Amino acid sequence: MRLGRGAATTYPGNLVHSDCILIEGSNMAECHPVAFRFVMQAKLAGAKIIHADPRFTRTTAMADVHAPLRAGSDIAFLGGLINYVINSERWNTDPFFKEYVSTYTNAGTIINPEFQDTEDLDGIFSGLGPYQEGEWGLNGFTGQYDNKTWQYAQGPVGDQGRTANTAQSGETGVSSGQPGAEAAQVPVGPPFDPVVQALLKPPPTSDPTLQDPNCAFQILKRHFSRYTPEMVERVTGCPQDQFIATADMMLANSGAERTTSICYAVGWTQHTYGPQMIGAAALLQLLLGNMGRPGGGILALRGHATIQGSTDIPTLYHSIHGYMAHPTILKQHETLTDYVKAEALPRSYWANLPKFMVSYLKSMWGEAATPENDFGYGWHPRIFGDHSHMPMVLAMMDGEVKGMMAMGQNPAVGGQNAVMQRLALAKLDWLVVKDNFETETAAFWYNSPEVTGGQIATEDIPTEVFFFPSAQVAEMDGSYTNTQRLVQFHHKAADPPGDCRSDVWWTYELGKRLKDLYAGSTAPRDQGFLNLTWDYEPEPEEVEQWAIKDEPSFDKILREINGYESGTGKLLPSFTALKDDGSTTCASWIYSGIYPEEGKLRAASRNPDPVGGPGTNLNWAYSWPANRRVLYNRAAARPDGTPWSERKKWVWWDPNKVPAPTAAAPNPPPGMWDGYDVPDFVANKAPNAPADPNAIGLAGHAGTDPFIMKADGKGWLFTPTGLVDGPLPTHYEPLETPVRNPLYGQQVNPVLKRWDREGNVAVEVGDPAYPYVLSTYRLTEHHLSGVMSRWLPWLAELQPELFVEISPELATEKGIQNVDLVRVSTPRGQIQAKALVTRRMRPLNVADQVIHHVGLPWHWGYQGVVTGSVVNDLALLVGDPNVSIHEGKAFVCNVEKA
Amino acid sequence: MSGAVLSRRAFMKRSAGVAASTALGGLMAVGADLQPAAARTAELRIREAKSYPSVCPYCAVGCGTVVHTVDGKVVNVEGDPRSPINNGTLCPKGAAIYQLHVNPNRIDKVLHRAPGATEWEVWDLGQAMDRVAELVKQTRDETFVEKTADGKTLMNSMGIFSLGGATMDNEWNHIHQKLMRGLGIVAIENQARI
Amino acid sequence: MAWQTQASPPAQPGPVSTPIGSPGPATPPVASPAAQATPSTQGASGSVEVAGAPVQTGQYNAEPMGFYTDTTVCIGCKACEVACKEWNQLPASNGGANLLSGLSYDNTRRLDGEHWRHVRFIEQFDESRSQGRWLMMSDVCKHCVQAGCLEVCPTGAIIRTEFDTVVIQSDTCNGCRACIPACPFGVIEVNPVNNTAMKCTLCYDRLQAGLQPACSQACPTASIQFGPIRELKGRANMRLEQLQGQGVDQARLYGADDSIVGGLNSFYLLVDEPEVYGLPANPQLPSRNVPTGAGLSALGAAALGVLGAVGLRKHRMDQFAEEARASAASGAVDGEVRGG
Repeated sequence: MRLGRGAATTYPGNLVHSDCILIEGSNMAECHPVAFRFVMQAKLAGAKIIHADPRFTRTTAMADVHAPLRAGSDIAFLGGLINYVINSERWNTDPFFKEYVSTYTNAGTIINPEFQDTEDLDGIFSGLGPYQEGEWGLNGFTGQYDNKTWQYAQGPVGDQGRTANTAQSGETGVSSGQPGAEAAQVPVGPPFDPVVQALLKPPPTSDPTLQDPNCAFQILKRHFSRYTPEMVERVTGCPQDQFIATADMMLANSGAERTTSICYAVGWTQHTYGPQMIGAAALLQLLLGNMGRPGGGILALRGHATIQGSTDIPTLYHSIHGYMAHPTILKQHETLTDYVKAEALPRSYWANLPKFMVSYLKSMWGEAATPENDFGYGWHPRIFGDHSHMPMVLAMMDGEVKGMMAMGQNPAVGGQNAVMQRLALAKLDWLVVKDNFETETAAFWYNSPEVTGGQIATEDIPTEVFFFPSAQVAEMDGSYTNTQRLVQFHHKAADPPGDCRSDVWWTYELGKRLKDLYAGSTAPRDQGFLNLTWDYEPEPEEVEQWAIKDEPSFDKILREINGYESGTGKLLPSFTALKDDGSTTCASWIYSGIYPEEGKLRAASRNPDPVGGPGTNLNWAYSWPANRRVLYNRAAARPDGTPWSERKKWVWWDPNKVPAPTAAAPNPPPGMWDGYDVPDFVANKAPNAPADPNAIGLAGHAGTDPFIMKADGKGWLFTPTGLVDGPLPTHYEPLETPVRNPLYGQQVNPVLKRWDREGNVAVEVGDPAYPYVLSTYRLTEHHLSGVMSRWLPWLAELQPELFVEISPELATEKGIQNVDLVRVSTPRGQIQAKALVTRRMRPLNVADQVIHHVGLPWHWGYQGVVTGSVVNDLALLVGDPNVSIHEGKAFVCNVEKA
Repeated sequence: MSGAVLSRRAFMKRSAGVAASTALGGLMAVGADLQPAAARTAELRIREAKSYPSVCPYCAVGCGTVVHTVDGKVVNVEGDPRSPINNGTLCPKGAAIYQLHVNPNRIDKVLHRAPGATEWEVWDLGQAMDRVAELVKQTRDETFVEKTADGKTLMNSMGIFSLGGATMDNEWNHIHQKLMRGLGIVAIENQARI
Repeated sequence: MAWQTQASPPAQPGPVSTPIGSPGPATPPVASPAAQATPSTQGASGSVEVAGAPVQTGQYNAEPMGFYTDTTVCIGCKACEVACKEWNQLPASNGGANLLSGLSYDNTRRLDGEHWRHVRFIEQFDESRSQGRWLMMSDVCKHCVQAGCLEVCPTGAIIRTEFDTVVIQSDTCNGCRACIPACPFGVIEVNPVNNTAMKCTLCYDRLQAGLQPACSQACPTASIQFGPIRELKGRANMRLEQLQGQGVDQARLYGADDSIVGGLNSFYLLVDEPEVYGLPANPQLPSRNVPTGAGLSALGAAALGVLGAVGLRKHRMDQFAEEARASAASGAVDGEVRGG
């Protein structure tokens, strides 16, 4: 939301260039051990490692500084760092910071003078009103903001913002900042450029001295002014010494000569203010000048093999390919032109959205998608609310959902409020589970605690259940997109046993059968499906060496993802070739270029750099977009295009390098961006190129605007739009907490999502029945809900039983000894675990209270070689308002000896 | 239904039998004879193997692996030394990938549980696919809405919920979301909420 | 462009001019797995570009080879334990249905016939948490220069290889157990599947094909480094100097010289007393603590071996019970050794 793309800005290997690494919201050594080797390499080369975390983990064991802090208090900690940095002597005297921040961020942009901050309104921003629940009924918002007063003074710039971080969750009534009033004058596409052109507004005004009281920088300075080291200690429990050591290390290791990086994982996302936590880190990194530079950036450490890929190619309700918004009835999306008007950003790379969208529609309906029928846009379904996991569980409970497919996901263990997840399964008419082993979800009807405990009888469960056994990674061709946006191909090495089949096989076969069932239908509702292109039949040579002859063609699927000329099928070299007239077909514009020509699948390229190189490894697999490895890397150079320093050279302007001639420019003038990485910038746009205020696309940005996806080309310190809960990160308490918010009268995120109903009751603040802060987490030895680890004897023996980590202080208080059986409870459920009493857990002093943390790894369930209680039985369905992520890292519980 | 019937009890018993054999040792459990590491001239068990480049299916670091097969069977999976991500290294999960493939606990038949039934039945794969297609069509047709009351295009069905994707292939994510959206199913979710 | 080797940047900020070059640290060199092999075998990695390609093998020189384990960079991930089991196809305890030990994150507890690698976890925290360490160490057979097990083996099943490693040949082992008490490190046990004494072979089969051992290849942080002993000693001494320069006074090498049973072909860099890691400060050879040694009859060795094994096992069980009780009573105690 602050940078423009929903992805890690860097890659783990780039950490070797860091001089300081802050790991927070992540237990990197345990959860991403192989990525952590780069942290160790940096450390051996002299980098400082900081771990900010409630627990002392295997990550902390390797750190130079441990900053212990209360679960859920990270915004107070990061806000404290921001406040410390901008008031420090170094930041105010080293010209690097001023130059970076005033040129590359929106620090100087003047904000609407009517904006009121949380400092003015005791924890809320201007524009808060009650939430009106729509037709869907399960959106869960507790309030909603009108963000009119958060806008740039010159007027709204809008944010395409279809990143994972900024996914709209179906909220209504929040003005998006999009123009639209002048709809009547706008033509209808295609071509769509005039439509986009009509959206242009005057560019925002700015004070490069950052002194105007209404500029973003001054607002943020006031916003964080009370986040002092004393306040940080009071809110987070982190002793001031460790906090100041952290701040000093990061400050000393940022600047022209040095860079600091930040690594995070779900310790930051799983909160009712998760996206704001990541935003706070982005803000800090922009202020420290670490974005777009080697050894800088923010590294999102993701937990599933293609969790990035499944967001890019979204099996997610809120977006379609390449971070385009899913058509919705909650915005003006009725026609394709309406959609373009609502979603295109005229002055950013998103001006090209019509090309991406039309090419996507062609990938759905092929020849049936024509300019005359809006390329089949009318067949495309619309969303009308938050259809994410948590509300869908409630929809299942309410009987609205009849059938479910659980494909490689195990909600009976992994879902929040797993008791309710399993009860919801028992309401279904039918359930398909496809996995490698008989998961808890597959076995819920005879082996769940509700059945074995006598609460429900198997005979009374009406659900028709299917278990389809899956092929495993070595038994199929395919690709994953890893945490650094790198798409890597894996080759089939063996046939799967018996009736195990690849997931692609399953979905393709289902589609073929449905095509047969619907054949000949004349119902209007079926015409879209009948026109859906569905041909992935394998060529004989693709399957000749295997026993399974009907495995779909991964090659055909990848062609559709990469894109091709609609008539000829000729592969497209990159997304720059896409057109908005139907002449190109491309499912996923950001993946275009992965298969640029016949015989060249870049996801399968495996040519590492020679030893001693910069480590970009541009010929090892393919990183979207356009194989760039460090995003926003224009910022790795000074505004004039020269490197900030020899030591931190990465991408720079070479005035003498001559671009390759093209048909349009047979004799291009010299001058190109060059470097170790693919420049994330217009290749031949000079550093001194002015912005054309009347042009759409990147011509509207100057040669000093590195954030090409943003409407103003800047990194956003202040987010006028794109986040529904405020333009600046603010410390709120978790919904469940033993502590009153020490900073504001407003206790929690005022627009968070909650779903209060029987079986999903939250604990009131400070309830003595549930006094301890609970976090759930993973261990190195297991994976997720255990499907891929608890069935494997080699992994099962390493961590065989569920345990609860508590401090000796709490153990003594509760009369619990090491390995005693303990009962952990919340209003949602109770579980049993063995106590692991350890000084790695410590009580923290927070706001004059002693806070005890309780830690529970959540890998166990009732199926497998080793079994144990389902930890998520304790968790609450409660969500962040931007993306509906749950709050799994900070809630409250009680602990008793069993 | 014509599928071979395997009662849940029998199924569990079979699993227990497997567990009993694994109790003595994964040597049997992992389907390998104990060929002690011989001396003097120790035979490399992958000497005649074919190698396939692959990727670890656990977390999102994306470690490169090499899969070795002999006679079409997976015999070894180890880190790919050439990968700039992992240089041949792995974590314990990555080191255990072999056991995802060769594992007596793995089921290789389709199981079906009828409404109210107390046992799994083994079903034919094609028969099961036919039945799922029938159910998808039935539920979609029952719950499909073309327009809202005020005339906005909706073209969706809220009766079906698809969950999963972050552990699968990109190619599956593409064709699955395409099929779902092609049918009007919009409740599509995976593990990646942020 | 020409890549320069990166000099070690100063630990404290200051003007620096070294460009980005080497992705790895300069001092001490953390060997990438490729660099851990001798030059003649680089590239013999089994890695492939083309699906279905044959396995590439190579050859190591016949010289002393082994492990240098830098415990200061061990993250306790246990990849070594699993990679060892995968390559050697070893079973899991009780089919994986193990019990929680309560001893930090160690649940496999020891080296034995089924566990040829074992990661120890040692929690050291004072009550205020102002001082705290969590030490981790991957343990393995030491491949002693003077190997007690080899000395007492009555059947000649235990041999010394061309790489100076010590290997038990299971096809000639009769399961007499003589070697079990003869090992001063408690490395060997009988594998219940085939009833022969088993332990780490230093992946003799892989070494003969020019492939590095499974555990060191898997180790993500280069805590376990494999290579010629002379080279490893150089690396270890550089790292020792670096740590001592950083004020880590307790840093020391264990088994890198010949003071411990003539030298260990698997030696360690520690930051505390060896006993803290479960390593004997002054291990004794069987010729000194077992009266007979090589001249022992097979029958006698078998009898002694069984007794020895029982005694060792009982001693260990007592030790676990004691430690579990102690940690339950006090949480963790400063300097306490956890994870026997």
